[in-house]
Amino acid sequence: MKLTRQKLIQSDGAVSVLVVVLGFLVGTVLVALVGKNPLNMYKALFQALSGYNIDNGRMNVRYIAETLNYSVPFILCGLSMGFAKRVGLFNIGGEGQYIMGMTIAQAIALLGPRIPVLHWMLAMLGAVVIGSLWGGVVGLLKAKYEVSEVVSTIMLNYVALYLSRIICLQLPGATTYKTANFPETALIGNAFFQRITNNSLLNNGIFMMAGSVLVYWFIMEKTSLGYGMRATGFNKDAARASGIPVIKSISISMAISGAFAGLAGGIVALGSFKYGRVLSGMDNYGFDGIAVALVGNCTALGTTLAGFLFGLLKNAQALMQGKQIPKEITFIIQGLIVIFIALRSALKLYQEYLDKKQLQKEVGVK
Amino acid sequence: MVGEYAIEMTNITKTFPGVVANDTVTLQVMHQEIHALLGENGAGKSTLMSILFGSYSADSGSILLDGKPVEIKNPNVATALGIGMVHQHFKLVQNYTVTENIVLGMEPTKGRLLDMRSAREHVARLSSQYALKVDPDSLVEDITVGQQQRVEILKTLYRNANIIIFDEPTAVLTPQEIDELMDILKKLRTEGKTIVLITHKLKEIKEVADRCTVLRRGRSIGTVEVQNVSEQDLAEMMVGRAVKFEIEKPEKQPGRVMLSLKNMQVADQNGTMRVKDVSLDVHEGEIVGIAGVDGNGQSELLGAITGLLPLAGGSVLLDGKPIENLSIRQRIEEGLGYIPEDRQKYGVVGEFSIAENTALKNYYRDAYRKRMGILDYEAMNQEAENLIKQFDIRSAEGAKTTAGSLSGGNQQKVIVAREISLSPKVLVVAQPTRGLDVGAIEYIRKRIIAEREKGRAILLVSFELDEIMNLCDRIATISKGRIVAVNKQDEVTEYDIGLMMAGSKKEAL
Repeated sequence: MKLTRQKLIQSDGAVSVLVVVLGFLVGTVLVALVGKNPLNMYKALFQALSGYNIDNGRMNVRYIAETLNYSVPFILCGLSMGFAKRVGLFNIGGEGQYIMGMTIAQAIALLGPRIPVLHWMLAMLGAVVIGSLWGGVVGLLKAKYEVSEVVSTIMLNYVALYLSRIICLQLPGATTYKTANFPETALIGNAFFQRITNNSLLNNGIFMMAGSVLVYWFIMEKTSLGYGMRATGFNKDAARASGIPVIKSISISMAISGAFAGLAGGIVALGSFKYGRVLSGMDNYGFDGIAVALVGNCTALGTTLAGFLFGLLKNAQALMQGKQIPKEITFIIQGLIVIFIALRSALKLYQEYLDKKQLQKEVGVK
Repeated sequence: MVGEYAIEMTNITKTFPGVVANDTVTLQVMHQEIHALLGENGAGKSTLMSILFGSYSADSGSILLDGKPVEIKNPNVATALGIGMVHQHFKLVQNYTVTENIVLGMEPTKGRLLDMRSAREHVARLSSQYALKVDPDSLVEDITVGQQQRVEILKTLYRNANIIIFDEPTAVLTPQEIDELMDILKKLRTEGKTIVLITHKLKEIKEVADRCTVLRRGRSIGTVEVQNVSEQDLAEMMVGRAVKFEIEKPEKQPGRVMLSLKNMQVADQNGTMRVKDVSLDVHEGEIVGIAGVDGNGQSELLGAITGLLPLAGGSVLLDGKPIENLSIRQRIEEGLGYIPEDRQKYGVVGEFSIAENTALKNYYRDAYRKRMGILDYEAMNQEAENLIKQFDIRSAEGAKTTAGSLSGGNQQKVIVAREISLSPKVLVVAQPTRGLDVGAIEYIRKRIIAEREKGRAILLVSFELDEIMNLCDRIATISKGRIVAVNKQDEVTEYDIGLMMAGSKKEAL
């Protein structure tokens, strides 16, 4: 019994599951407190997850597809945060990298050569490249001049937002909030998905996301590049003293981190919209990615699952409103989960306390 | 009525998470004696004294002072009860005078004003009564370490301490200062003070202590009359088995110059020049020691050799090739090995497994590489298992054990295994046995000697003169960033080196 509890607390994955469960429990209590039936919340979540509406017994696969589609940017922004975190950096700039990826994807979509497949590939490539530049410059500043990445990424988020407005206002057919429609060749919609999911927005972005998860796992766990990065993240001094090129590690990791967020921007731009958006505010996927990575312990699998959870909550919002549950409850649950993540250290303290008591008992017996 | 013992700590138990620091320890200190508390690092000496001084509270057990039970909740209570402590790391305000430091917190006042004149007189009186020579008006930053320690002693006397605890008081002193401290301790005893001396140095115990209590792994092994036992006896009580002090070192003819330092100048991170014009050669099959008190430029010197710090002037040649402009990795590839002083900061990645740590410097090379930059973890684990056997690394789960969960001695073995397995031409070693138990010390020293046998050139920095004298063929003494002399090991005594370390003897003997 004692062994299992100890293992549970020491396993980061188990703690994450515990934290999510706690978040939902408290969310349930809150719904009950405002006089609504918590069961309706779970019905909505169940429908977003399985497509099955318990109330009228109807099945609609579109809900599953939308949940998956919503998960894509969460997962990619989670990977962006997670990759930098594993190298010991706190990338708050996912939002800016996401915006820049979106912007360049939109520009290429409207101005690029209208050749099938090549067109959207070019747009995605542009999104990835600009994202990695937007992140890489932060890494370079940090590695060469010790500029705090937290400060520079926050500032670059605003630079990205306003730069994006300047660029998008120059695009064909631009008004204060949208551009002309994208040509067909730029879109990443998937006709097969649309047919089997009742015209959901699920698109080829899901393949790019899956590929990114694999790339993340492969670089981190399998390559010598990832090994050097992990060493840098755990103990920068020892890594440096052992000859690991720390400056290179930091710069490259921020560039890769930015590439994930840039790709997220490109996928949302060309997958979920038919026209380019002139942003007046942030989409917040980049910021939510921080929470996703924290819940997912910055591992490839964990981040994917956490991103899926966030996508599920987002898709369930509309369904909840239909069942008289305020959609804000999903934000509260997300917030609670992030707060409870901090419990990880509290649980460790609790374990230490138990160990100490155990020892005292053993000594007392002698 | 005055009790038989000045201090009587009975059945003291104190546990920390995962460790029993004191396990039913009993300590009885008589009035006006110098009582040594002997034990290895981690034996529980400091914990026991921290309980006496009120920094920790015991889980169980009782404390009697003069036969009266007391409860010491915090250091203020200890001070009020007449207990003073001279810490290993002094707690002094650098830009205050000696007098100001001593009276700090208990300043004498005249009305609402400070009365520094009477404070100064009081300090001067104590200073002459206990033969603690120190100028009451000097700034603390201007006086030597030995004098700063006297200020700490005066602080306890000013607060009317009858019992004074000394925590490893000689760790920071030169041999001459140690001699003076020994005289001070005897004088304090004559003046009626009771002294507890925490130490792991046997020579000091033989010289001044009346009785000695030995702790081993948190338990009290026994209390002995010092005059009835030999150093060897004490060592065996401390370690629990027979110990060899000296390591056999066969004669060896040094070969050609492998590491050559030429007029090195190194500044620390604040831009202060810490190494001034250091030149030194290390030959194949030779161990050259750098003796000196901590903080005299040793870490900056090694930093510039290994590439952690930039060189402000001069040159470093490895096997005839200048390396000062190479990256750290290039220096390693040229054959520079490094066992750092701060092993947890620079030596190992605590979250990594033993295998990942032993591969830390060559993971990118072909032996551990498959196609496309994929790491061969299997090869890494295999090599680590070999090293674990070869270097007797004790771990719970073999090569997959995380380095952070190992004991200090085993962490050091991981580092030594990694460095030696890379077959460096030059091995730079800093404080290789700091904080290790006697068994590990013996082992690490033997390994260093074995590397010398293989013809490696070894540069050793240590603050332990014993270690320097034991291992080195030649000894360079460093003081204030300069090498003041280079001598053959058999041509100098510890005493000579001590004088040079203090900077008072500038020439080679």
